[in-house]
Amino acid sequence: MRLANPFRTLLRRPSQGRRRWGDLAFRGIVTIGAGAVVGVLVAILWILWTGSSQSRAAFGLGIVTNPTWDITTNVFGLLPMIDGTLLTSAIALVLAVPIALGSSIFLTQLAPKALPSALKAALAQVVDLLAAIPSIVYGFWGLFVLVPYMRTTVDPGLRSAYDRLGNLVAPTVHAVSPGASAWAGTHSPFTGTIIGEDVLSASIVLAIMVIPTVAAISRDALAAVPIPQREAALALGATNWEATRRAVLPYARSGIFGASILGLGRALGETMAVTLVIGNGLAPPTSLFNSGSTLASLIATQFSESTGPLEYSVIIEAGLILLLITLGVNIVARAILWRFQSPGGAGGD
Amino acid sequence: MDATKMAAVGLSASYGRGPAITDINLEFGPNSATAIIGPSGCGKSTFIRCLNRMHETAPRATVTGKVFLDGEDIYEQDPTAVRRRIGMVFQRPNPFATMTIFDNVAAALRFNGRHSREETDKIVYESLQAAALWEEVKDHLFAGATSLSGGQQQRLCIARALAAQPEVLLMDEPCSALDPISTAKVEDLIFTLKRTYTVIIVTHNMQQAARVADRTAFFYLGKLIEVNDTKEIFERPKEKLTEGYVSGRFG
Ligand SMILES: Nc1ncnc2c1ncn2[C@@H]1O[C@H](COP(=O)(O)OP(=O)(O)O)[C@@H](O)[C@H]1O
Ligand SMILES: [Mg+2]
Repeated sequence: MRLANPFRTLLRRPSQGRRRWGDLAFRGIVTIGAGAVVGVLVAILWILWTGSSQSRAAFGLGIVTNPTWDITTNVFGLLPMIDGTLLTSAIALVLAVPIALGSSIFLTQLAPKALPSALKAALAQVVDLLAAIPSIVYGFWGLFVLVPYMRTTVDPGLRSAYDRLGNLVAPTVHAVSPGASAWAGTHSPFTGTIIGEDVLSASIVLAIMVIPTVAAISRDALAAVPIPQREAALALGATNWEATRRAVLPYARSGIFGASILGLGRALGETMAVTLVIGNGLAPPTSLFNSGSTLASLIATQFSESTGPLEYSVIIEAGLILLLITLGVNIVARAILWRFQSPGGAGGD
Repeated sequence: MDATKMAAVGLSASYGRGPAITDINLEFGPNSATAIIGPSGCGKSTFIRCLNRMHETAPRATVTGKVFLDGEDIYEQDPTAVRRRIGMVFQRPNPFATMTIFDNVAAALRFNGRHSREETDKIVYESLQAAALWEEVKDHLFAGATSLSGGQQQRLCIARALAAQPEVLLMDEPCSALDPISTAKVEDLIFTLKRTYTVIIVTHNMQQAARVADRTAFFYLGKLIEVNDTKEIFERPKEKLTEGYVSGRFG
């Protein structure tokens, strides 16, 4: 015989009239809210889908692997922009996450004696402030300060450092694997004419824009780690850094990961700042010193001056692909978070 | 008391404003348990956290006075080295939430020099045995530590503290978050541990003090009021305040 679940009756306890109406209204409001969010997403997808029908008919799925963008022959491939989007965002994230995480560790984990709490609060405010600066400001800074500096100093420096390092390790690499050596010799990421308005500059501007976002959110994640977790390590004789690394960072890992994904989302879709510094080349970049485009910068630069309905439709498809990429990133991130649920979300003291 | 393992001399501490404890002088003998009792907020936790230099990790914390371990002032030494010699068990069980049961205990060794695999396995086994937890966890050593019950988690924390092979064990109300059965287990454990360690246990449970402690110190408003053999404190307290507290008139 199955025993009745005693909680079932508790849950079914008849509620008073007032409470029921409150519940109903509450449920109604949140349902409408949730429905509206889904509705907006579906509507956007629908508009992009129908708007890109001409492009999809002309190029099919091959558009994402087609490297040619040629107005004169009406061939519009989106590979250069997909390349540009993924490359700049990936580099930006690789540059930004360590710096952002470093700053949030600095602000949350340093001993109170080493960093007075007033100064700590002020620094946290500055980080939050940076996250609120409009992207056009970053773009102008990138164009007038970063790009000239990259052109005159950083880019030539990187190239010669890479070459020197290459000469240094070439014999060893060649001895281990002649194939790899030959490949590395012809695949320097620092070839081409140095113009300053290029993939690398765009990546750096993106990194700088993403740092405050990642820093602010990962700081919150670190601050939310229960103090007893940290004290457990300290009481065993851990140094401050060991306690951070062994007890605090693992506990906050899902929050840090979430912060990085949010930063990635911002980088993927960033438009103005990138448009100003990436050079808006329409060929696939083969070097970090090449100009390029991202899906977002393509839309910004080509939409208003599209030469015909086909190009117009292709640009809408660029928007569709950008949306799908960001959705995909978020879904994968969520799946990973769900898989490696950190204790912050799954109970535990 | 024939010898002194640890001694607080003129120890005062604060959290930036008024003093939380004032001018405490207290000695602890080896291989014995000392209970610290007193009403909530009287500075028991603050005091015990000064004994392994954890107090200074709080914002704006200050400490004056000396704490001797084997005759040497721990405030003249490296705090991480001090904490390896003086283990601590906290009020609420705080196993490392991201680690397995095994790793929680092994973590103690990680901060404590290099150990071979065999050594680590051996110390983890011995520590879990000593904390009377081995039988309950031996079949799922690699399960997450938070899968254990509260009482098991606290014994895991004791095992973790023991794995660092300390000389002194500080326990801050180790049973206050536990059910009666778990409490009884931990008390039995303390009874065994005090044969090999210097145990200092904070408790607001007087029966517990009477059961496990050889000596008992009564704190009130940040001051040490009286310290004596546990039996004396409970049966023939010298101070009016102590008498009022142990007879349950306040607290
Ligand atoms: N982190 C803290 N910051 C400021 N004051 C504190 C802090 N912890 C404890 N105190 C204060 O110090 C005094 C002693 O507290 P505590 O040592 O925790 O007492 P007990 O453990 O005996 O209950 C209390 O007045 C308490 O309010
Ligand atoms: Mg306390």
